[in-house]
Amino acid sequence: MLRVPVTPADHRQGDPAAPVTLVEYGDYECPHCGRAHPVVKAVQRHFGLRLAFVFRNFPLSQAHAHAEAAAETAEFAGTHGRFWEMHDALFEKQAFLGAGLLLELAEAVGLSADELQAALAAKAYAARVRSDFIGGVRSGVNGTPTFFVNGVRHDGAPDVESLVEVIEEAAAGGGPGPDAG
Amino acid sequence: MAHVLPPGVPAPDFTLHVTPDQRLSLSELSGRPVVLAFYPADWSAVCGDQMALYNEILPEFKRLGAEVLGISVDGSWCHEAFAKDRGLHFPLLSDFEPKGKVARSYGAYREADGYCERALFVVDAHGVIRWSYCSPVAVNPGADGILQALEDLSK
Repeated sequence: MLRVPVTPADHRQGDPAAPVTLVEYGDYECPHCGRAHPVVKAVQRHFGLRLAFVFRNFPLSQAHAHAEAAAETAEFAGTHGRFWEMHDALFEKQAFLGAGLLLELAEAVGLSADELQAALAAKAYAARVRSDFIGGVRSGVNGTPTFFVNGVRHDGAPDVESLVEVIEEAAAGGGPGPDAG
Repeated sequence: MAHVLPPGVPAPDFTLHVTPDQRLSLSELSGRPVVLAFYPADWSAVCGDQMALYNEILPEFKRLGAEVLGISVDGSWCHEAFAKDRGLHFPLLSDFEPKGKVARSYGAYREADGYCERALFVVDAHGVIRWSYCSPVAVNPGADGILQALEDLSK
């Protein structure tokens, strides 16, 4: 179960009052997350306003050299209202991930590469990323991507069919979303 | 699935190779909690992810004063290559000769397969098992159970 409830501090797409919230714990350098990215987009298109989507960081930084910096870059973009642009760009350019790409993407979404470089050097967003990570561990995240549908871990395949089915069930069940209560 | 040793039982002591020329005994770590993570094999996908996860969580284990030991039947040369490849910062012990002897003493050996269960034990500062869990062999058990058990020790 998701032990850290979804709050306005999360990066969320869609209506907070949507009957179903999909939470992903992901790593920008993880190839499985890269493959899940278009899956999430398809699922969002399928449900439209009936689904809210939240992304939280779970970088395996010891295994993936650029995962932590990529997560911090997304958070940096987030404080400037550009989280989702950066999030999409990071996954779309995953094959080219590296220090140079992060600075390029900052410019591409209209932010200062110098400011990003300073924020990364100062580890300004490391605590936020770590907080996501530890919350994920405590919720039973054991690898990436891990999805939660209304707070329940999705152990099925991370493909469109499987996610659509589980989300339909959650919507039909009318169970309270993670924001309820 | 094997019946792993339950909470309340003294953890059987052992001495295993931690590198090709160094050995480590559980009793040497007396005085602080120890996490024993038996796993089937170096290099296999699920084990790799499991060890990678513990590697990331080492600061939390350290904060709780605990040592983490990975244990499989792989030889110490194999462990050395695996740890180097994955950048692991905690010891991997070789239950290699006699093969699986330590895993057997914890009820964590798969006789039919010839390797360890994916079994977790939290041993307290006095050498008593305080929590144990045996995961289906293909499932990475994550770390929330371990962290909860370690936090419960200090209550």
